[in-house]
Amino acid sequence: MYKILSKGNLSSSVKEFTISCPEIARKAQPGQFVVLRIDEKGERVPLTIADYDRDRGTITIVVQEAGKSTCQLGELNSGDAISDVIGPLGIPTHIERIGTVVCVGGGLGIAPVYPVARGFKKLGNKVISIIGARTRELVIWEDKIVPVSDELYTTTDDGSYGRKGFVSDELERLIKTGRQFSLVFAVGPTLMMRAICEVTRPFKLRTIVSLNPVMVDATGMCGACRVSVGGKTKFVCVDGPDFDGHQVDFEQLLRRQRMYLEEEKKALVCYDSAHRLGERR
Amino acid sequence: MKISPKKVEMARQEPKVRVKNFNEVALGYSEEEAIEEAKRCLQCKKAPCTKACPVEVDIPGFIARIMENDYRGAIRKIKEKNLLPAMCGRVCPQEELCEKACTLSKKYEPVAIGRLERFAADWELEKGNPEVGQLPWPTGKRVAVVGSGPAGLSCAGDLAKLGHNVTIFEALHKPGGVLVYGIPEFRLPKDIVRSEVEYIHSLGVEVKTGYVIGKIYTLAELFSQGYQAIFLGIGAGLPKFMDIPGENLNGVYSANEFLTRTNLMKAYLFPEYDTPVKIGRRVAVIGGGNVAMDASRTALRLGAQQVFNIYRRSRKEMPARREEIQNAQEEGVEFRFLTDPTRILGNREGWVTGIECVKMELGEPDESGRRRPVPIRDSEFTIEVDIVVMAIGAGANPLLPSVTPDLKLNKWGYIVADEVTGKSSKEGVWAGGDIVSGAATVISAMGSGRRSAKAINQYLMEG
Repeated sequence: MYKILSKGNLSSSVKEFTISCPEIARKAQPGQFVVLRIDEKGERVPLTIADYDRDRGTITIVVQEAGKSTCQLGELNSGDAISDVIGPLGIPTHIERIGTVVCVGGGLGIAPVYPVARGFKKLGNKVISIIGARTRELVIWEDKIVPVSDELYTTTDDGSYGRKGFVSDELERLIKTGRQFSLVFAVGPTLMMRAICEVTRPFKLRTIVSLNPVMVDATGMCGACRVSVGGKTKFVCVDGPDFDGHQVDFEQLLRRQRMYLEEEKKALVCYDSAHRLGERR
Repeated sequence: MKISPKKVEMARQEPKVRVKNFNEVALGYSEEEAIEEAKRCLQCKKAPCTKACPVEVDIPGFIARIMENDYRGAIRKIKEKNLLPAMCGRVCPQEELCEKACTLSKKYEPVAIGRLERFAADWELEKGNPEVGQLPWPTGKRVAVVGSGPAGLSCAGDLAKLGHNVTIFEALHKPGGVLVYGIPEFRLPKDIVRSEVEYIHSLGVEVKTGYVIGKIYTLAELFSQGYQAIFLGIGAGLPKFMDIPGENLNGVYSANEFLTRTNLMKAYLFPEYDTPVKIGRRVAVIGGGNVAMDASRTALRLGAQQVFNIYRRSRKEMPARREEIQNAQEEGVEFRFLTDPTRILGNREGWVTGIECVKMELGEPDESGRRRPVPIRDSEFTIEVDIVVMAIGAGANPLLPSVTPDLKLNKWGYIVADEVTGKSSKEGVWAGGDIVSGAATVISAMGSGRRSAKAINQYLMEG
């Protein structure tokens, strides 16, 4: 069992958990993820490690309540325990000194982009961060991103905070000013990552994306997370999660991510009805 | 006394009933049935059955005890050599091993050794608290066992019985490896696996689940933590695909994924359990081994209306156990022999709609001694399906070997290890089971785990 040491409500639906797992914290690197299983009947949920503290022996994850598992997780509080936290999994983000790096985090992706930006900054790169979300409430961790960025640009779809528009619009605007960038690293919803890649492709600007397909074991055993990259099938759990975004077949990834939509809805309905019943008692 | 030419039948769930549930198909012997079957044993002095057993169970010895109503004695006899008898009694290919060697089999059906082993093991489990026996004085030596499948469990159990301090590291959240993620409930109930893992635990073995060695610790780090020897029983956990068009369509599963969702994650109880699995209307399972039979029978139980088993050779060449093929057939799996998929067809939304196959004929024998299947020109045809399960074997999972540069691998990525001892190219590291042999059986993995335990003991005590 892994104890939740603290919980933060970043918005009405976005929760931050700091969990005690000293062995994982000691090994975690930017870009890696854990698999978390809430209880005996729970599914194995892959979640990117948004932060880690080797001294305190903790990792931090950020989740948005969307499906059954994330809603159930959202109900947990400091002091509660999670049945399994397994990791660190996946290949760490390749962080090197290359010049100017644009780190793009969309929505929930703002959290996992933070350790990557920090890593690039630490190696002496110039870090330009672009973060954005649907609306003001969902722009998270700005305070953490600021100190690891040389420049920060913020967007919201509805214009309630920062510039109105998408993070990809902001990236395009920056590129069109003629500034030179060495690398773009993007993490967020698949549609957003695809949009980022479409912006950078004409400029042949190297773009790394962190993919989040459906996974089960997350150790290369089942192949649920397979995706075409450069025409070859890759397992995101062990070959990734980072890939050259210009090589990723996003259409296939989007289709595969929708494979269990029906079941996800059903699970959520069941959870909601059971849950409300519980509250009435 | 006249010997009955046939084994005492074991009660089984009727096909029509069992295809609608995940409960165990074979129901085991009663005491009377077990004694009656035990009496068929000739008690051969030379015991060819024991010689054919990869872990050398004293088969006439335990059967004699069953005959005398001494079930405690029988299970003790078995456990001298085999710490996981309830599992082996169920999933061992006895027809290829002990029962094939049985003297009776020259004229009659062999003694039902597997069923008797299962009887003795189940008898003990039903009594509760299996005997641990006297454990030796601790040696103070520490061994790390990576993987809690049959190889790892038997290696760990043997080492613990020799007084060593053993820790098993299991990557998944439940111990058992292929016994929990691969083999279905209806063939090997997970309660049985749990009981036998608990037994290994009661010998003093610590089982740490959720530890992906290669990620959380390298082998070098395990040594620096004080482990003096390491056994790798990490299995052949890399799914194979056919490399044909359409394999990434929605609705195409590796057998590993399909079975892991259903067995380990209990998708057949969705939404009570969180993990779903797609339930096909018409399902194609590709491959002719035990895993293909498991996947086909699982698909039926999940509620598929029609399940096609597609195999490129004929029934005769199928590597699956006869018993499993028969079970699948009884339950309604439709076999399409001499048929090989050429591509998977999908709709605009990316879902599987069918599988295009080509008819095959058998040519000259290949390296495996089986006749090589050759496609018949222009014989392509399509089977309409909505789920495809690829059960064409597994390869070596590179996760751990790839971060262990001084571990020698063969050209397929399996660990190179001494055939008898399992010693690898890396000092202090042994390996056994499927990660050495390629996909094989539970009992052969257990045999290699035991042989490595013996060698590790020697290394620790003499080296």
